[in-house]
Amino acid sequence: MREEIHLLLGHEPRVIAGVAPTTTVLEWLRTHEYACGTKEGCAEGDCGACTVALGEPDGVGGVRYRPVNACILLVPALDGRQLLTVEHMRAADGALHPVQRALVERHGSQCGFCTPGFVMSLFAQYHSRRGAARGEINEALAGNLCRCTGYRPIADAAADSCAAPLGDQFSATAADTAAHLTALPTTPLDIGHAEGRYLAPRTLAELGALYAAHSTATLVAGATDVGLWVTKERRAMPLVIGLDRVAGLSDIAVTDTALRIGAGALYEDALATLAANWPELGVMLRRLGSRQIRNRGTIGGNLGIASPIGDMAPALLALDATLTLRHGDTERELPLREFFLGYRRTALGLGEFIASIAVPRPAPGETLRVYKVSKRFEEDISAVCAAFWLRVEDRMVRDLRVAFGGMAATPLRVPGVEAALIGQSWTRETVARGMAAMDAALHPIGDMRASTRYRSTVARNLLLRLWLETGGQPARTRLLDNAA
Amino acid sequence: MNQMAPEDATRIVGRPIRHDSAEKHVAGSALYIDDLPEPAGLLHAYIAMSTHAHARVLAMDLSAVASAPGVVAVMAAADVPGVNDVGPAFMGDPIFADGLVEYHGQSLFAVAADSIAHAVLAARLARIEYAPLAPVLTIDAAMERQNFVLPSQTMRRGNSAAALDAAPRRLQGRRYLGGQEHFYLEGQVAMAVSGEDCDMHVFSSTQHPTEVQHLTARALAVPDHAVVCETRRMGGGFGGKESQASLVAVVAALLARRTGRPVKLRLDRDDDMAMTGKRHGFRLGYDVGFDDDGRILAIALELCGDCGMSPDLSGAINDRAMFHADNAYFFPHVTIVSHRCKTNTVSNTAFRGFGGPQGMFVIEEVVDAIARNIGLDPLLVRMRNFYGTSDRNVTPYHMTVEDNVIREIVAELVETSSYDRRRREIAAFNAASPWIKRGLALTPVKFGISFTLIHLNQAGALVHVYTDGSVRLNHGGTEMGQGLFVKVAQVVAEVFGLDLDRIKITATSTAQVPNTSPTAASSGSDLNGQAAAAGARMIRDRLLPVAAELLGAEPETITFAHGHVHGGGRSLSFVDVVRAAYVRRVQLSAAGYYATPKIHYDRASHSGRPFFYFAYGASVSEVEIDTLTGEYRLMRVDILHDAGRSLNPAIDIGQIEGGFVQGMGWLTTEELCWDERGRLRTHAPSTYKIPVAGDVPADFRVAIWAGGDNREDAIYRSKAVGEPPLMHGISVFQALKDAVCACGPGAPELDAPATPERVLLAVERLRGPP
Repeated sequence: MREEIHLLLGHEPRVIAGVAPTTTVLEWLRTHEYACGTKEGCAEGDCGACTVALGEPDGVGGVRYRPVNACILLVPALDGRQLLTVEHMRAADGALHPVQRALVERHGSQCGFCTPGFVMSLFAQYHSRRGAARGEINEALAGNLCRCTGYRPIADAAADSCAAPLGDQFSATAADTAAHLTALPTTPLDIGHAEGRYLAPRTLAELGALYAAHSTATLVAGATDVGLWVTKERRAMPLVIGLDRVAGLSDIAVTDTALRIGAGALYEDALATLAANWPELGVMLRRLGSRQIRNRGTIGGNLGIASPIGDMAPALLALDATLTLRHGDTERELPLREFFLGYRRTALGLGEFIASIAVPRPAPGETLRVYKVSKRFEEDISAVCAAFWLRVEDRMVRDLRVAFGGMAATPLRVPGVEAALIGQSWTRETVARGMAAMDAALHPIGDMRASTRYRSTVARNLLLRLWLETGGQPARTRLLDNAA
Repeated sequence: MNQMAPEDATRIVGRPIRHDSAEKHVAGSALYIDDLPEPAGLLHAYIAMSTHAHARVLAMDLSAVASAPGVVAVMAAADVPGVNDVGPAFMGDPIFADGLVEYHGQSLFAVAADSIAHAVLAARLARIEYAPLAPVLTIDAAMERQNFVLPSQTMRRGNSAAALDAAPRRLQGRRYLGGQEHFYLEGQVAMAVSGEDCDMHVFSSTQHPTEVQHLTARALAVPDHAVVCETRRMGGGFGGKESQASLVAVVAALLARRTGRPVKLRLDRDDDMAMTGKRHGFRLGYDVGFDDDGRILAIALELCGDCGMSPDLSGAINDRAMFHADNAYFFPHVTIVSHRCKTNTVSNTAFRGFGGPQGMFVIEEVVDAIARNIGLDPLLVRMRNFYGTSDRNVTPYHMTVEDNVIREIVAELVETSSYDRRRREIAAFNAASPWIKRGLALTPVKFGISFTLIHLNQAGALVHVYTDGSVRLNHGGTEMGQGLFVKVAQVVAEVFGLDLDRIKITATSTAQVPNTSPTAASSGSDLNGQAAAAGARMIRDRLLPVAAELLGAEPETITFAHGHVHGGGRSLSFVDVVRAAYVRRVQLSAAGYYATPKIHYDRASHSGRPFFYFAYGASVSEVEIDTLTGEYRLMRVDILHDAGRSLNPAIDIGQIEGGFVQGMGWLTTEELCWDERGRLRTHAPSTYKIPVAGDVPADFRVAIWAGGDNREDAIYRSKAVGEPPLMHGISVFQALKDAVCACGPGAPELDAPATPERVLLAVERLRGPP
């Protein structure tokens, strides 16, 4: 067991000891390291002013950099990783990094407060080699708010710099950095502190035993939700079990019939596999949170907190996913449709956690549509998220699953609508019956995201959109991309 | 006086020079208040907030707060040594509530502790006893009760009642228009350090250091001379730090005085959004008479602004709504009535445009309604109603528009944006596309430049030339990202003929230049540029005889350029002339001053010349809407904007683009929601949605109008550019409405912000359910 967090800060080895494990990385940087380049704009992972890059070995001798929100990242997440902030971006000779230089040349800063976060998101984009097409840039910057520039000069700076040949002080030393990171200690963390204890098991067996023994502990994966308990609620957490170094918890495996996604798999890591199998799911996932959030948020975590507005749950309900739950060393399977019991209540027993999610792969004739509707297109919580899984043969609805987020206290299937449509011919009249059934089955609340009336109307209309897209009319039903 | 270099031959002014802090911004080395090195013994403060929108406070038991871990001091209303109010123009904004709370989030008391966590946790231990009163939460409720923070105002020219009755066509309508959160990325923050005697040094993220100084002194019951307020830069302001920075700064100073220790107070984002004011929401009523060509014959407007719980700056803001309810249009007969509604919500405040955008919004609605009523392209109706140049050129406040260029700008933009072709293409597209509809709109902007409170139109600057030839520049303007500091430095560099790197830009400080106006009303470079130019010219004029002597030339022939002083066919370095002047005991420091000429206004009759000049521009937006969900995308924007002879085109383009996107956000996705208890439900970026990169189309064509000039003697004939571009966002709203109109016959009903929800409901009102 180990009390100290070992990391690379820039190229410098650092050991963090004696710091409360629920300290955020942002607070640690600003108050312990006196590094004030990284800013707090919201303390909830939504504005990106605090964006830093976390480096980890990429498995092929280099380093992969992920942009993350330091304001809701807890310091134990730094263990075994390299932390880069805006202060590390200048080369040894003082030259600005290519992304910094482009921002200066394109007049990409005005007040400058969001700028360090943009620098770090662009730095990660530069290292990702995803390119600099405007759509890519918009995706990379969805988690960075700027209130001054209107983004155009930042997008231009990104276009200038992100696709340039890789060549900075980090790419030059990537092999050394990877070797250094690999050599950092891997014994499980057990940080004791007056404000709480933090345990970071390294294996599923250790996790099972720990949680079975300490079932009141707070499980923390990416802390994209728990981070707000710290910053906004200042909630006391006497015992935290960290999940992000548990071997096997984040594996992604593909069989002939199913995708098995470890509960600890990051959205960003699962995205490619999910999108390759269910392209419509990929479209939604790229609008879920921001890249910073997807680089810390896990699918298991999202299901585990049982948010009524999570976007993954309706998609997985429509796909009829199955969970593997684990207690100690005992595992059981549970269909996701039986998992959500009430508002933020689940079927998890005491000391039990989600180990993995099995998602069926597409079979011929199956269609999935996931419609996310939110006030703002990117980085917004859905007013309504609808997911439809459909099998139509000979213009007959052979099978259908309809699921929603944002329409009730839990994500839910809508059997009434399914029953109204299955076995019917896939026509406008059938859809009309389905829309009526939707009204009878769903009674959403109204809140700051949307009124009851809007949610109900959209839910109905999305069923119509499904029909238009899968058998109705050839007319366009989706907005064009304005990044083209 | 010596002769100036001809203005069209400027060397530094007019160039696209980058923001002076650009390298520091990208390197993370630009210091904001929260980044300053923390003095030993620093305490962290937290302000506890009301949990009722309207209530008597019967008792506040703070004993458990005071004895909580880490707490050093607790202060409430009774502990304020001076005046317990930070109202900027009128009283009404208590530092700490004194027996009555009037909005959810109002300051009750403050805690200073050894950490912010300790301060927050301690504040939760307070026991507050409230006797709830009925809150007034909407404009409608305030109007019903005639609940106002200030008296209503009427602006009038001609006889609109009679002309309305006589008009061949007449339309009446009402719109609701939401407010807007500033969402400066750096929240409100201040650090106060007490000194000897009763001195207090306040580092504040404020657009108005003089007011922070004055209100701090007033609360501490010390003379203004004891307080220094310093502001190097803000992480965004947008008007939200004009009056709203004061509470935070004053509370920090009060706690610093109480404890004798430095105190920092930084609002968490959620607290900032709950506690500080926003753009005024409005209810806008109109009654317009017009002819068959769409020409307005008479109009009566009723502008009901939601001021929140106190006057704050609402008098001038609502005045400016009246001043801009004409936008670029001539009204033969007009009556504008303005009500300043009091509600139990946070007191609304300055926000880029300062009421102007709300006034402009309603007239664009009116013109659009006229066009749809008679079946014309709204652009045609807009153009038919534009102010004339020799007639039809008097505003509702009896000012003659002398510099009208809106026709030229719109004509050029119609061409460059291919408006007519796209109008046809969109009609064809909509005819063939049942579910996705497109919309297009061109809207103009005419915005009056000057503080309408005349006495604010003055500024001071302090210029020092050192014997190495370097220059230190200070002025009363503040830097919030808008590029004011680099523009004013360009002006000084131009006067001295020096490179920009010879000019040191320094933090705004009330100890350097006193009695300053807020950096607001787009006036920053107009006022401070002139004041700095005046100071620099004073020094240059003192250098002239010295240079003349050294060069053996007539003073009138001497010029300053390229770091040298030229005359008589010879030249000397600037440094040599400065050193020679010093040896001759010539003063190398000057305080420049400027007061805007020509302006006057009689508020009793609402007539006069409140504006030195007008800034103009126009924009075209094209959108797509999804008629099944109400979602939309902005596909293309074209903007042509008049910045006069731009001081710095790179900075000005930044203001135009940024202002447009902020205006678009106001009218589209930025929705403030209060619940029935008066709690703001959209108090963080998770729920309050400002535009992101993807909301801005790749096809975004912005140009500074090449024909731009300023017939008035503004600094190097430039025009103010801070606020006017925000109102280009109205074209997005009108384009969305245009797309809605493609869904069916009838008059569209769309309030703002046009969230997907409002768009969908507007579509279904016209088309019915699908």
